[in-house]
Amino acid sequence: MNPASAPLLRMLDIVKTFPGVRALDGVSFDVIAGEVHALVGENGAGKSTLMKILAGAQPADSGEIAIEGRVVRIDGPKAAERLGIGMIYQEFNLVPDLGVIENIMLGVEPRHGLFLDRGAAAADAARVLGELGIALPLDRPARRLSVAQQQLVEIAKCLARKARLIVMDEPTAALTDRETDALFTLIRTLKVQGVAFVYISHRLEELPHIADRVTVLRDGKAIETRPIAAMPQEDVIRLMVGRALENHFPDLPPVAADAPVVLHVSGLWADGTVPVRDIALDVHAGEIVGLAGLVGAGRTDIVRAIAGADIPLRGEVAVDGTRVVVRSPADAIAAGIALITEDRKAQGLVLGMTVRENTTLAHLDAFERGPFIDRPAETATTNAEIAELHIRTPSSEQLVRNLSGGNQQKVVLAKWLIGHARAFLFDEPTRGIDVGAKAEIYGLMVELLRQGAAIVMVSSELPEVLGMSHRVLVVRGGTIQAEFARGEATPQKVIAVAAGVAA
Amino acid sequence: MADAKPAEVKAVMDARAGEAVTKKRRNAMYRTAALSAGFVVVVLIVNVLANGNFLEPGNITNILRQISVNAIMAVGQTFVIITAGIDLSVGSLIALTSVVMAQVSNALPFGGPGNFVVTVIAVVAVGCLAGFVNALPVVRLGLPPFITTLAMMQVARGLAFIMAHGQPIPLQASAAFDWLGTGYLLSGIPGFPGIPYAVLVMALVAVVFSIVLGRTVYGRYVLALGGNEEAARLAGINTARVKTLVYVISGACAAIAGVLLTARFASGAPQNGTGYELQAIAAVVVGGTSLMGGRGSIVGTFFGALLIGVLYNVMNLLHVESYTQLIVLGVVILLAVVLDELRKRYLRR
Repeated sequence: MNPASAPLLRMLDIVKTFPGVRALDGVSFDVIAGEVHALVGENGAGKSTLMKILAGAQPADSGEIAIEGRVVRIDGPKAAERLGIGMIYQEFNLVPDLGVIENIMLGVEPRHGLFLDRGAAAADAARVLGELGIALPLDRPARRLSVAQQQLVEIAKCLARKARLIVMDEPTAALTDRETDALFTLIRTLKVQGVAFVYISHRLEELPHIADRVTVLRDGKAIETRPIAAMPQEDVIRLMVGRALENHFPDLPPVAADAPVVLHVSGLWADGTVPVRDIALDVHAGEIVGLAGLVGAGRTDIVRAIAGADIPLRGEVAVDGTRVVVRSPADAIAAGIALITEDRKAQGLVLGMTVRENTTLAHLDAFERGPFIDRPAETATTNAEIAELHIRTPSSEQLVRNLSGGNQQKVVLAKWLIGHARAFLFDEPTRGIDVGAKAEIYGLMVELLRQGAAIVMVSSELPEVLGMSHRVLVVRGGTIQAEFARGEATPQKVIAVAAGVAA
Repeated sequence: MADAKPAEVKAVMDARAGEAVTKKRRNAMYRTAALSAGFVVVVLIVNVLANGNFLEPGNITNILRQISVNAIMAVGQTFVIITAGIDLSVGSLIALTSVVMAQVSNALPFGGPGNFVVTVIAVVAVGCLAGFVNALPVVRLGLPPFITTLAMMQVARGLAFIMAHGQPIPLQASAAFDWLGTGYLLSGIPGFPGIPYAVLVMALVAVVFSIVLGRTVYGRYVLALGGNEEAARLAGINTARVKTLVYVISGACAAIAGVLLTARFASGAPQNGTGYELQAIAAVVVGGTSLMGGRGSIVGTFFGALLIGVLYNVMNLLHVESYTQLIVLGVVILLAVVLDELRKRYLRR
């Protein structure tokens, strides 16, 4: 880094307002060539908005952007691309049916007169991948690549466009530890070549391993920027939420010795993305059972089968001792099983509907008066949930699309809380949401335990599984490989089983 | 549970949000006022240009009767389009139900109200059945509705021609249907032309289905399914049933439209309704329903059909030649969608 030269990127006094929200309130931010600059903040703090402005996806209301000291206008994604800014969103932008080469060269295809020059495209793509030192199956369509491979394609795509600054939004959210290490190695290689990164992440513990500087955003303002060495994790959290957050996980109330079994599953087989094989588990009233395992181990498929999202082939499910035949999600809901899905945008919410409509969607029958929906009752219930869960929304009539990630997740929870579910299946309940909202969701889980509910929690974050479960089940290959009580579950043991090192 | 933000920050955010809401409401009020004023001015100008013929009571009931067939089809189409589907078969279903209506009515040994009731029930049942057949491959196999309803469009038209031997079939018990085809309610009052019964049927269909869409659980499920089918399924909604029913509703509406058309001409013709499916889709789209699904209203559709009907009427009164009328209609459809898109962008900013 050379502090004397102008920074690669400088954003000055960026302001952006949405209806009802001042998303960015005069944010200034800079990135030096060859550095990894972490951008952290709660959901709704303005990270995504700031980066969308940089990528030309949204115009700023006011403010200035300079590249190497020269003021530029970014009025669209093409303009950002020309300036050497590459953007890798959390949800990748690959064309699922095109191969690796076609995806890397999409929009910058070499031409031969009117026609595509396939040879040159392959050569260019191979050169980029060679510089990265990575091998990918070049002809395989993107849909059949792993998440980590798709990410590599995204990075190669940026480099094929000669990007000097790459923005990565939650790049490790869906990666295994080994894939994360590989990504970090790659980032370090590119840094040496002068490529800079803006690194957005909720995984604060990984920042010391990869970031050079950290900027904390809060309520649309850049609160502080410091070198990572001078920014311990506690400081980051304190700056993010505006106060110290003492304990990450709440105390779990112990499970009573005579607590009845609320959710019983045995001999469950299902055809999910990963086949589910012979699952047996009992969850007691007031108990959280954590499902640990690597991505693709089949944890999601297990809870989906229990909740009827994928129809089980055979097996027994019982709630409070009553056997349930699960042939559809409706069967499971009627029996008192609630599935809080992993991907709230694709599976949990109707984004174009209001907070009220989403909250009551799974229990609309309860709001039926004669042939009609009782709207005042809906509104009253929704407002009660908004208050109870601290959902930050102007009103129950706000479209869910306009809420931040953490608040969207709370709406998903509200949808299941208004029913009388006995067993809650949480699939990655805190993925991609901020520290404050996480704490609130943990608190809510404890509250459910007090009311005698049973909880199954799938999580890829090991500290979360260990900190929020009475028992930990480790899943690999679509089946349960090991069980640990709260006291005996250590990260080493769980990882060893999950990775198949110790069987 | 702890709130992640200090209370004062939250208070400021709430206040800002409140301001935005009232501002939005005020903007909406101004807009409505401006639109209404603009509308009145345009109507008055048109009226003057048409030598006062446009605002004639007779002309207004005429417009309403002319749009009734299209508006009823468009109501059913709205349900389908909200689920991100499409029903191309409705025009042909008009032909099929029209022929079925004439044959059933003529085959009955009795006339009068009995003939009317039995015939209408039979015709609506045919429409529902056709809708059900449309939905089956969509729901069971996940085939695109564009294809299944395109197939039904061909099959229903072919069936209508075969059943009618290619000829219009006169309604023998036409007396039982006259009131519906040409009759007026309250026609005895001097100076008041009365309301055509066809218009009353349209109003009834529009009101009933507007309530179904806006106020019932089923209507909410239709909107939810259109917005995010997977989320709707995981919320326990029987998506197959909800989806099947939208095609049945569309088929039933086409049948009702077929009854009106047949009663008006006192004959069932296999040529009826050619190209009507596109008119219905146009009304839905002009009425602000998104082809991407998840958003739409019956009131919008009604005004879409009305706008198209008024345009035709005005152009006829002003002696615009029919080829030019097609161009104007095309431009209006495009303009409506473009304006809607711009409005959405404005709101999103």
